[in-house]
Amino acid sequence: MNIATETRAPVNATVSQTALVAGSVILDEYVEARGPWSAVIAAGDVLTIVDLEGNQAVDCLLYAAEDTSVRYSAAVTIAAQRSIVLTTGSVLRSDTGAPLMTVMADEVGVHDTIGGACSQESNTLRYGQHTREQHACVENFLIEGSRWGLDKRDLVSNINWFMNVPVDPDGALGIVDGLSAPGKRVALRADIDTLVLVSNCPQINNPCNGFNPTPVRMIVTRPEAAL
Amino acid sequence: MTLTTEAPATATTAGARAHAREQHGSAADTMRHIPATSAPERLTADLPDSAKEHLSWAESVAFGRYTALTLARGSRIRLSDTEGDACVHVLLYRTGALHERLNVADTVKVPWQAYPTAGHPLLSDAGRLMATIVADTSASHDALTGATTLVGNTTRYGAGTAHSSSPAGRELLTLGALKQGLGVRDVAPSMSLFKGIRVDPDGGIRFTGGAGPGAAVDILLQMDAVLLLANTAHPLDPRPAFTGTAVDVLAWHAPEDLDLLAAGHLVGPLTPEHRQALNNTDHDLTARNAR
Repeated sequence: MNIATETRAPVNATVSQTALVAGSVILDEYVEARGPWSAVIAAGDVLTIVDLEGNQAVDCLLYAAEDTSVRYSAAVTIAAQRSIVLTTGSVLRSDTGAPLMTVMADEVGVHDTIGGACSQESNTLRYGQHTREQHACVENFLIEGSRWGLDKRDLVSNINWFMNVPVDPDGALGIVDGLSAPGKRVALRADIDTLVLVSNCPQINNPCNGFNPTPVRMIVTRPEAAL
Repeated sequence: MTLTTEAPATATTAGARAHAREQHGSAADTMRHIPATSAPERLTADLPDSAKEHLSWAESVAFGRYTALTLARGSRIRLSDTEGDACVHVLLYRTGALHERLNVADTVKVPWQAYPTAGHPLLSDAGRLMATIVADTSASHDALTGATTLVGNTTRYGAGTAHSSSPAGRELLTLGALKQGLGVRDVAPSMSLFKGIRVDPDGGIRFTGGAGPGAAVDILLQMDAVLLLANTAHPLDPRPAFTGTAVDVLAWHAPEDLDLLAAGHLVGPLTPEHRQALNNTDHDLTARNAR
């Protein structure tokens, strides 16, 4: 299910070259700046997310396609790998402990899973009441999730691809300037059939999108051996 | 062994009834005391008289068990790690609108602080202040690694079901949610008290354990809410055996503390984020209670 429109001319490289893990391209879509996206990634397939213009946070939740009550758990993922950093080798686990996806390759090195999603409501706490009207990730999660029968209670602490949230020794944490750059990619292999729910973050009050939300590209490849 | 021709005491309804009724009035080390004012001196000795007079909850929760209670705005809850080895997993749901619940990501992100302690706001997913940690002699808590799982505890301890000797945190929290009419999807990411973690500069997570016997945390409720607590092992507890102690829970009505909090006299001046969250809660209460 996807309503994303192409918002940027394809880069010179072919799609298969742009995908971070080799395979046949079975899906290649753009996600508008500020918009939602979702797709079921079949077990074994690989989703490459391309940060086309750099420093664009991609908020992401995962659900087992066959039973969406089995969903991504930031806490279980962090506890299992004993690190808050998502990068190559990170196994993205459900709150039952079962793997949903695995990070196969990563050109950034640090992705966040403690900062959660922006919402109109939390914007009022962080930036003032005048920001309540601004579109936010929770809006994207809700409207796109509703197309799959999900609702508010299915929203939990999410992944923020390309977002940088350091924790200082005194516990101070915050969203700071990103480490990503134009064209940087991260590749996720589905360990089971997984519903990937995305909000291409519309936040304009902090550096998570360089104060300028931009489109991202989603490429799904299938390893040749599986064809 | 002596043979007897007497019927067993519980062979008849009258006998069974008498047998059951004989059990009333017994006490256990871990139990809820009803009424709360009947709690043993051990639990309430340190409370000020005003708290004793307005006591609404007195319970000791065994390690490996859970509890929940619906509490009014202005309730002050004291959780005491009396024996020093509790680990209390916490969820909050708004009474009457249970879809609004504790959001641990916002609870660390919005105040710019990963380690909750005194002065830390507990935020809902609707941008409102659900509660504030108003006192804390432990400072060993965790908002990042959540609760244990059935599979994890089964692997680790040989069992993880609620009825086993090493119940998983998520199993217990799920039971508590089910009793509120909620389901497994409503079991949100939880935070844990009395067992801490720290994040190293490279992002690594380090388990730092507890603060020792007698540590206590006070939480002041800003809205009517269901407080769901599961006392069971921390996911990163390195000990091979399932190990821990009971937690003591007290609550009393302390509406005056709401005024003190807002005035900056309870935990000091509120941060801008905390103030906005308090204002959002008050705005909502004003709107829904206008007559």
